[in-house]
Amino acid sequence: MRTLALCAATILTAAPAAAETLRWARAGDGLTLDPHAQNEGGTHTLNHQIYEPLVLRDTDGELVPALATEWEVSEDDPTVWRFTLREGVTFHDGAAFTAEDVVFSFERALSDNSAMKELLGSITEIRAVDEHMVEFVTDGPNPILPSNFTNLLVMDSGWAEENDAVEVQDFAGGETTHAAMNANGTGAYVVESREPDTRTVLTQFDGYWGQGEFPLDVTRIDFTPIQNPATRIAALLSGEVDFIQDVPVQDLSRVEGAGGLVVRTAPQNRSIFFGMEQGKDDLETDSIEGENPFADVRVRRAMNMAVDRQAIQRIVMRGQSDPAGMIAPPFVNGWSEALDALPEGSLEEAQALMEEAGYGDGFRVQMDCPNDRYVNDEAICQAVVGMMGRIGITVALNAVPKAQFFPLVTGDDTEFYLVGWGVPTFDSEYVFNFLVHSRTGDRGSWNATGYGNAEVDGMIESLSSEIDEGARDATIEAIWERMAEDVVYLPLHNQVLNWGMRESVEAEVDPEDQPKFKRFSLQ
Amino acid sequence: MSRMARAWDSDLAYGFRRSPLAVLSLAVLLMLVAGAVLAPLVAPTDPFDPASLDLMNGFTPPLTENEFTGERFLLGTDDQGRDVFSAILFGMRISLMVGVLAVMLAMVIGVSLGLVAGFRGGLVDSVVMRAADVQLTFPAILVAMLIFGVAKGITPVEYRDQMAIWVLVLAIGFSDWVQFARVVRGATMVERDKDYVQAARLTGRGSLSIMLRHVLPNVLSPVLVIATISLALAIIAEATLSFLGVGAPPTQPSLGTLIRIGQDFLFSGEWWILAFPAATLLALALSVNLLGDWLRDTLNPRLK
Repeated sequence: MRTLALCAATILTAAPAAAETLRWARAGDGLTLDPHAQNEGGTHTLNHQIYEPLVLRDTDGELVPALATEWEVSEDDPTVWRFTLREGVTFHDGAAFTAEDVVFSFERALSDNSAMKELLGSITEIRAVDEHMVEFVTDGPNPILPSNFTNLLVMDSGWAEENDAVEVQDFAGGETTHAAMNANGTGAYVVESREPDTRTVLTQFDGYWGQGEFPLDVTRIDFTPIQNPATRIAALLSGEVDFIQDVPVQDLSRVEGAGGLVVRTAPQNRSIFFGMEQGKDDLETDSIEGENPFADVRVRRAMNMAVDRQAIQRIVMRGQSDPAGMIAPPFVNGWSEALDALPEGSLEEAQALMEEAGYGDGFRVQMDCPNDRYVNDEAICQAVVGMMGRIGITVALNAVPKAQFFPLVTGDDTEFYLVGWGVPTFDSEYVFNFLVHSRTGDRGSWNATGYGNAEVDGMIESLSSEIDEGARDATIEAIWERMAEDVVYLPLHNQVLNWGMRESVEAEVDPEDQPKFKRFSLQ
Repeated sequence: MSRMARAWDSDLAYGFRRSPLAVLSLAVLLMLVAGAVLAPLVAPTDPFDPASLDLMNGFTPPLTENEFTGERFLLGTDDQGRDVFSAILFGMRISLMVGVLAVMLAMVIGVSLGLVAGFRGGLVDSVVMRAADVQLTFPAILVAMLIFGVAKGITPVEYRDQMAIWVLVLAIGFSDWVQFARVVRGATMVERDKDYVQAARLTGRGSLSIMLRHVLPNVLSPVLVIATISLALAIIAEATLSFLGVGAPPTQPSLGTLIRIGQDFLFSGEWWILAFPAATLLALALSVNLLGDWLRDTLNPRLK
């Protein structure tokens, strides 16, 4: 088996690398190059090398200028945000970057197929004031609008029109477009070649505006998704790759002990949790006809008690996680120690709750789980299958790669699933908009639980225009309490990031797990 | 003379007694098969019942006391706290069952087609043998993966776990019939012109009856050899498919699935998760293979 792993690793290194090439590997590939088609971390990470947003976060979580140099609320009207754009920026094909491109990109991100709509829900108008000034009008004062922009990447309007890419790719519908496979951004790297799930090569952009501002030591990025953890770690140990974003937790000490390699660790801004379909009258994959056991809050509460978070942390994650009682990490505004306390209750109490709900004999259901997205995702699912078994719920596990898994969640086609959520805005509103608000056209696109009621929806909608910070925080807390009471999700833990790299690679770990290679320096 | 005694004195049995390797192989194979068949009685835990697993037992080394639960396991536990020894016994059941059923399927298809092709000749022969040639141009594992993929696509999700085993049988069986067909066809072509067949024809027997009653028994000995060697290959094919993640599901692991799971821990020092299932697969495939080799040598008159 060792030979097998090594063989696989050897194949990856057919091309000898120049000194400035960074060979980068992680478990899964970006799903698409279309920057608005999927709101998914791995996809954004790849696209951030090629495209740029108006504002970005540094590794401390502070907003810093990217394509915008300044931003402020208009003095005359609190519902208008004014962004001054960077001058002298060009796209990879030489076209100049102007306000028109920003208006086009944001309108595109608000269009039907876009996965980014929830971030822009409060925007009513986007207007170009002049070549280098854009104004965003919101339906009420929105003090945190800029923090919603960190993953909104700007495309070239002319290129999109020429290449039939004005419409966002319908990812869940299985569509492929020119923009899904090609890109024309302002970012530091240009797509040289792309084979999805196999290899993507990016080369440095000669005309990049940031020359002199960033190290830009990496001139070429050779990205290879390696799903198998043993193969991935073999590739790093044998020097086939320089940087892996997800060192398997079982191999941390091995990498640290190997000469010339280093693991850089930081808590990640990402929660892992389970969702259950609780809105439907009947489940498709369960063994009980005409009823939805998940619709009963007692069942959900019993399940929440049955999940042994400490055991998962200790054995599956080998200590590399922080067990959680809410689905947002401490980075996020709205997090509190009280809300994050682990659910109480013994196995016996959980069993009694199942009995009380009328499911003492248990039932069968299917769980969908990604196997190349989160740290030890499949092993977590397997462990939870066992824990559910103890309260009578027999779970059939369907573990698939994320490219097949995510459409199940965004298409509302799963009834019990594991998913992870990072919060690029560092504010709870983002979590609520995507995961808690009922599924309407503009909100709730990742809420596959069927949860939603007018009261909570109203509270969530009020957040974007509440200017009194104290009142806003109170509403956030009320929503979290309500979520805990209704057991909308089963929180599990927050991930810890382990980036493995050669000692010669100098990089600060980004809590959003989004390496920006222009910031890397090589010794 | 009783049947047993006659069997004991036969050439085959005599040759067997004289070959220590064959005796050893059979002993190992019988032991493994007995372990698999009696798994529910022998295994200390039921590895297919996820509810019975205690995650805190995870990664316990062989014969060592677990630091949290204080339990000990003969061959240690895997990442889910599953007893490796029990998992191997139960996993072997799946591997053996899939192997035996797949070979039987391949044998039925291959022998029937080969018999008809060899006996009839002409167009029927051409069609069957060209089909076999086409099949041979694809690696067996690729055909098996193709069948597996299609079957997975058309089975409803809730039955997938139960179906996985049968799909494996179909996938391996359908990719493995060619050898049987070729050998039986060749032997049948030799037999069909012999006098006893002509005599049977003269008595007015139908073709089907001649094929089954007269020709078939005379072409069976090479089939026995191929079946044995195919069994080893089928067990390996099942392990390969499961290793690639398209075979038995992780909640009902076969030997291949166990090896796939263990491979993740190859570099982290938990060697037992991989080593014991791999050694079992090796012993199983090797003993079947050695028996098959011995059988081929013994039944081939030219080698005597």
